[in-house]
Amino acid sequence: MKTKRILKVFLIFACCLLLAQSGESIQKASAFTNQVIQIGAVGDDVIELQSRLQYLGFYNGKIDGVFGWQTYWALRNFQYEFGLKVDGLAGWPTKLKLAKASQYHEGYVKEQINKGNKFTHYGGMDLNKQTAPAKKNNTAQKGTTNQPVKKPAGNTGGAAQNTGNAGTNNQNAGTNAGTNQATANKPTATNVPNGFSQNDIQLMANAVHGESRGESYIGQVAVAAVILNRLDSPSFPDTVSGVIFEPGAFTAVADGQIWLTPNETSKKAVLDAINGWDPTGNAIYYFNPDTATSGWIWSRPQIKQIGKHIFCK
Amino acid sequence: MLRNILIGALTVAVIGTGVWAYQEHKEKNAILINAENNYQRAFHDLTYNIDLLHDKIGTTLAMNSKQSLSPALADVWRITSESHNEVGQLPLTLMPFNKTEEFLSKIGDFSYEAAVRDLDKEPLSEEEYNTLKSLYQQSADIQDELRQVQYLVLKNNLRWMDVEMALASGKEAADNTIIDGFKTVEKTVEGYSDNDMGPIFTSMEKKEASYKNLPGKEITEKEALSIAKKYITIGKSAETKVVKNGDGSDYEFYSVSIQDKNGETNMDITKKGGYPIWIMSNRDIKQQNISLNEASNNALKFLNNRNFKNMELFESSQYDHIGVFTFVSKIDNVRVYPEAIKIKVALDDGSIIGFSAEEYLGTHRTREIPQPKITEDEARKQINKNVKIMESGLAIINNRSNEEVLVHEFLGTLENDTYRIYINAETGDEEEVIKLQNAEPIYEDLVGGKA
Repeated sequence: MKTKRILKVFLIFACCLLLAQSGESIQKASAFTNQVIQIGAVGDDVIELQSRLQYLGFYNGKIDGVFGWQTYWALRNFQYEFGLKVDGLAGWPTKLKLAKASQYHEGYVKEQINKGNKFTHYGGMDLNKQTAPAKKNNTAQKGTTNQPVKKPAGNTGGAAQNTGNAGTNNQNAGTNAGTNQATANKPTATNVPNGFSQNDIQLMANAVHGESRGESYIGQVAVAAVILNRLDSPSFPDTVSGVIFEPGAFTAVADGQIWLTPNETSKKAVLDAINGWDPTGNAIYYFNPDTATSGWIWSRPQIKQIGKHIFCK
Repeated sequence: MLRNILIGALTVAVIGTGVWAYQEHKEKNAILINAENNYQRAFHDLTYNIDLLHDKIGTTLAMNSKQSLSPALADVWRITSESHNEVGQLPLTLMPFNKTEEFLSKIGDFSYEAAVRDLDKEPLSEEEYNTLKSLYQQSADIQDELRQVQYLVLKNNLRWMDVEMALASGKEAADNTIIDGFKTVEKTVEGYSDNDMGPIFTSMEKKEASYKNLPGKEITEKEALSIAKKYITIGKSAETKVVKNGDGSDYEFYSVSIQDKNGETNMDITKKGGYPIWIMSNRDIKQQNISLNEASNNALKFLNNRNFKNMELFESSQYDHIGVFTFVSKIDNVRVYPEAIKIKVALDDGSIIGFSAEEYLGTHRTREIPQPKITEDEARKQINKNVKIMESGLAIINNRSNEEVLVHEFLGTLENDTYRIYINAETGDEEEVIKLQNAEPIYEDLVGGKA
C-alpha cells in the first residue's frame, strides 16, 4: 500500500518534470516568454516581437522595446496576412506563427541596442549592412566574448543567412549569453504620458523633491498634482516651467533646493499625478502652517491636510 | 620689530577684507539689478500689452467684414496670452491677483472662439457684440489702473525686488504703491460680475466635477472604513485613520489612510453615497512576474467585482514594473470617454495599487445614446485623404466647449504616426484630431553612449 503511494507520488513527480522540460523546450523553440504581449508593454519580449515583425517586413520603425502604435499596426497586419485572429495581441498562436515564419538574431539585436547603434533587422539582407556606425559584426562579437548569435527557430525558417557564425553553435553558451544579456538589457525608449516629455517629468520631479522630500509618498503626489492643477487653471501660466518658475510660487525654487538631485520616489509621484491621481481634491495652493509667512494664504478655502501641508483652493 | 610685522600683517588683512567685501557687494548689486531689470521688463511689457489690448478690442468694435475681424480677434487672443505670460513672471503669487488673470484668459478664450469661427456663416451675434463692448470698457479700467501704477513706479523709482521681499516676509513695506495698485486692479475686476460679460462667458467656464448629485445617502466615518475594506485588503495589525474633508472643498469626503507593514494605502471616499474617488498605495515593486495583459485582466475583474459594469480597456502603458490602465464605459457599443477610470497594477503579484474614478463619478449617469444622423461612410469622407483609416466606431466625447457629443471615432495612420479622429455624428464636423504619443527614446542612452 505504502509503496504504491510512493510510486504514485514518484510518477506524478516524474510527469511534472517531463512537462516542465517539454514546456521549456517549447519556450526555446519560440524564444518568447509565456506572456501575452499587448500594446503599452515594455521589455525583451517586445524587442523580439519588433525584430521578428521587422524581419518579415511588417514593422519599419525602430526596435526600441516599447509596444507602441506602429508595432500594433504591424502586428495586426501580420495577423491578417497569416490568417490569425486580428486583435493586436501577441498571444500563443500568434507568437508560434511568428517564430516559425521569422528569425531572430538576438545577439545581434542586443549588441546593437547596447552600443546605441542605429540598426534594422530585415530578413534576406546581410545584417552587417543594417547597422549604422559601420562595425564588423564578427569582430565586434569576438571582442565582447561569448555573444554568439542565438538562432531560436531560425533553423526552421529557411533562409540560412548567418553562416559566418558557424563557430558559435554551442547551444548552451548561446542561451547563457542570451539570458545574461536579457537581464542587463533595457529598452531604448519609454512610455510617456500624452503631452509630457521625460524632461518635463524630470523638471517636475526636481520641484517635487525640493518641495516635499520629507513627506510621505502621497504627500509628494499631492505636490505634483498641485503643479498640474495650476497648468489647467486660468490664473496660472500654461507650461510646466512657467508654473514652477513663477516668482515666489515655490520656496524650493526661491532657495535653490529645486536643484537637488531627485530620487526615484519623486519621479514616480510625478508620473502618478500626470496619469490622473489627484489626492488634493483639485487644490491649487498649499502651505506649511508652521512656516507660512503670508497671511493671505490662510484666507484660501482649505480642502484637506496631507502630512505637513494644507491644500487649498 | 615683531609688533611692526604684526601691525603690517593686520593692515594687509583689513585692507584685503575691505577689497573682498567691496567686490562681493558689487557682485551682489549686479545680480540684484539684473533680477530687478527682469521684473521691470515684465511689468512694462504687461502695461504695454494691456494698452494694446484695449486698442485692439476697440478696433474690432468698428469692424464688420470677416476679412478684418478674424485677424483682429486672433490678435486680441495673442495679446492676452502674452500678458498672461508676463503676469506669470512677476512676483505676485502671494497676493490676490487671480481674478485679473482669469479675466485675461477669458478674453483670450472668447476672442479665440470668435476668431476661428467662420464669421460668414455665423457672424457675431448681438449678444457677443455687447460682450465685446463691455470688454472694451473693462479693459479701459484695467489699463487706467495699471498706467497709474506705472507712472508711480517711474516717478518714484520703485523697485520690484522690494515688493518681492515684502510679500515673501509678510511684513508691510514702507512703500506699498505697487502692491496697492495691483490690489486695486484686482478689486476692479472682481466688480465685473459674469452677467456683464454675457452668457457666453459663463457657459465657457470649465464645469468642475461635482459629486453633489451622486445617488445614495450620506455615510459615517465607520461606514467609510467598511467601504474601504471592500477595495483594500487590510491586515490585522494595520493602523487605520479616517479624516473628514476641510471646509473649502466643493463636496464632502472622507480620507482613509491605512498603514501596515507593506506600506501605506490612502483612499478618498465621497460622503454622499460612499463612492471611492481614488485609491493609492505605495510599496516597492522590484520585478515583473506577470504580463501587462494579465494585469489588465486583473484590473477589469477588480472593476466588475465592485459594480463598475460595462467597462472596456481603452489604454494601457507599462512604466517599469507597473501597469497603468484606462477603462471607459461602453454602452450599446458606444464608448463613453468622459466616464473613465484609471487603474494601476503592480506587475510583481498583479495586485491593484491604484484606482481613480474622479472623472467617472462626475459624469456617470444612465444615458440615452442618440442615433447618429450621419453614417460612418459619410463621416469617412470628412477625413483627410492622406490618413489611412484602420479602425472605426462610435463614441461620446467632450468637445472643445466641454459638451458631450456623439461622434464617429476613427483610428488612422499617416506615415509613422497614429491619429485618433472624431467626426461629429450629427453635424459631420471634425471635432478633434489627436496625434497619439509615440514612445520617447531614453536620452541617457543616446547621450551617454552605453547605459
